[in-house]
Amino acid sequence: MNTFLTLLLNGLSLGAIYALIALGFSVIFKASEVVSFMHGSLLLFGAFTIAKLNASIGFIPAVIVGVLATAGVGLLVERLCIDRLRGAPVISLAILTIGIDIMMLTELTRRIGSDILNVGHPWGGDFVSIGGIGITTNRLYAMITAAVLIALFFTAFKFSSWGVAMRASAEDGETAALMGIKRGRVSALAWVIGAGLAAIAGLFLVGSPTPGVAPVVHSVALRAFPAAILGGLDSTGGALVGGMIIGIAEAMAAGYQDQLLFLGRGFGDVVPYVVMILVLLVRPSGLFGTKELTRV
Amino acid sequence: MSDTTTAPSLGDTDAPVSTSSRAKGLLTVRNGLLLLAVVLLLIAPIFVEEFWLRTGFAACGAIIGAIGLNLLVGTTGQLSLAHAFFLAVGAITYVYLSGEEGGTAETVNGLGLPPLVGMVAGVLLAGLAGLLFSPVAARLRGIYLGVASLGLVFIGQHVLNTWTSVTGGFNGRTAPRFELFGFSFGSDNPSLFVLGVPFNAPERLWYLGIVLAVLSYVFAKNLLRSRPGRALQTLRDSEVAAAVMGVDVQRYKARVFLVSSMYAGLAGVLYALSIGSVAPESFALDLSVLYLAMIVLGGLGSVGGAALGAIFVTALPLVFQQYAGALPLVSQPGQGGVSAGQAARLLFGLAIVLVILFEPAGLVGFANRFKRKGRKRPARTTGPTPSPTPAQGSTT
Repeated sequence: MNTFLTLLLNGLSLGAIYALIALGFSVIFKASEVVSFMHGSLLLFGAFTIAKLNASIGFIPAVIVGVLATAGVGLLVERLCIDRLRGAPVISLAILTIGIDIMMLTELTRRIGSDILNVGHPWGGDFVSIGGIGITTNRLYAMITAAVLIALFFTAFKFSSWGVAMRASAEDGETAALMGIKRGRVSALAWVIGAGLAAIAGLFLVGSPTPGVAPVVHSVALRAFPAAILGGLDSTGGALVGGMIIGIAEAMAAGYQDQLLFLGRGFGDVVPYVVMILVLLVRPSGLFGTKELTRV
Repeated sequence: MSDTTTAPSLGDTDAPVSTSSRAKGLLTVRNGLLLLAVVLLLIAPIFVEEFWLRTGFAACGAIIGAIGLNLLVGTTGQLSLAHAFFLAVGAITYVYLSGEEGGTAETVNGLGLPPLVGMVAGVLLAGLAGLLFSPVAARLRGIYLGVASLGLVFIGQHVLNTWTSVTGGFNGRTAPRFELFGFSFGSDNPSLFVLGVPFNAPERLWYLGIVLAVLSYVFAKNLLRSRPGRALQTLRDSEVAAAVMGVDVQRYKARVFLVSSMYAGLAGVLYALSIGSVAPESFALDLSVLYLAMIVLGGLGSVGGAALGAIFVTALPLVFQQYAGALPLVSQPGQGGVSAGQAARLLFGLAIVLVILFEPAGLVGFANRFKRKGRKRPARTTGPTPSPTPAQGSTT
């Protein structure tokens, strides 16, 4: 039982990280209709910057600078590329982000090299145990941070004028533009938020129990993709649920690996994709996504 | 909405009525150039270095794969990142069926069938895999399909790494040499000399690659000009319109997946032949992304563009590697600078971004632009150059 609860808790914490990334995906998708395949690189960039700066300027400033820098990259991409291509087909935009991803990942991989960078979180590899259920401090903080950020996000999304503007332009872009909503600004802000969230997710994703900043983190970040798709790309709440489902499924598959050995070693890594494909077979637009209606 | 990226003036439409004498002249010039190209390609092994022949063979494999992916993404508008998976199916089927038992690190099974059987089976099995995936594909649209196909790559990786008796596991296994009715393409048996030049493995594979690539090219060209080809293009532009016109949407989607993955299967077999071995790692997401790069750079929806893109993307890193010393900014491995492979990847990334920003029709679009300028042909049926690719909306 304890094993199960431990796995559940770890799954939830992993899910919280995935949810942060997936939230970024869906905010960006809602505001600019771009599926950002470059999120893995953004995340890696954030984690890399924090790890590099930590030694010289201390942890908290490093985190702030890292998050801001990543958000800046998001803004830059939006202003330089996405904004010019408003109205282009979704596929072209997605391929464009793949192009940027190739560049960023190549450069980051080159800079990281073959060794694994350590971020040096102040909490290091500490471990918290509550009644036999254990979790690393890093993951615990991840959960708390994610909860706070997500709550903040949803409040802003619901009540702030930016949130209203964004929901309006996601609902019907042209009408929103006619009402005086600056779509460019909405989309730029969405990219800033999406990239910033990715950097924060990166900060926790490279902490214990994961060894550190390595290019492989990029593919871990890709697993938030199923999370976003599973919940429905255009649903922010769906991103949250999707993240949790994927996180728990992955933790369970990894924890009960011995019982699942007939599926091969390391099956946990592909569980997100298996779950996603199964869900998509039943609900092609994800759990909470808007069904595509066709008007003739 | 025909395949206009390949320039209707090239005589594809073979409109016999409106062919002016000038167009006829162009036709012969074009045919002359084509003939020259064919002759050059055919006699290349006599005077070209082995490196270029090997690169050429790798490029031929990539051309086939890119044409296949282009049918799916460019012509039909179905974003797929699963191409690497289908390549893997083709390659692994080939090495399993035609390979021998044994192996170095892991014991691998093999059936030892004739390589031709392995190749055909690889193509068919890859097609089957595509067909099996098509029910998923038919239900999903646009980006959902893209991400679902992403899943296929990772699941495929897992299977390849786990199923060691077939794939050789992490380290992979060697690919059997290709051979046709006793004529080996992988060794100098039977030995062959042309004009005093020994025709060994690279020369033989070169011809094999060219024949297969040309066949694939012609097949795709004809397919696009046929009824199914038009149906697929309508599907891309509007599924509803296609359905109204009597196109069975689900069935056509399934078929294009079948054809596209068969192309991928053949490309996989050629990949195995050109590297000489297969390892699961080679069929990761990177490969899908590279193929996507090929068709985007070449020009979505254009068969010739896919071929151009494939040559560019395959040859670039190899050329960088070969001439790393002579290039600025590119350093030898182990010196801390940008290595050849990395430089090539940076360039691909940049090229993709620039193409989508400024020339959505890709390399072919570039070529056509110059052609149009040079000729000043009165705009006929094509009108004000409608970009036939799904990539519209450039600011230029």
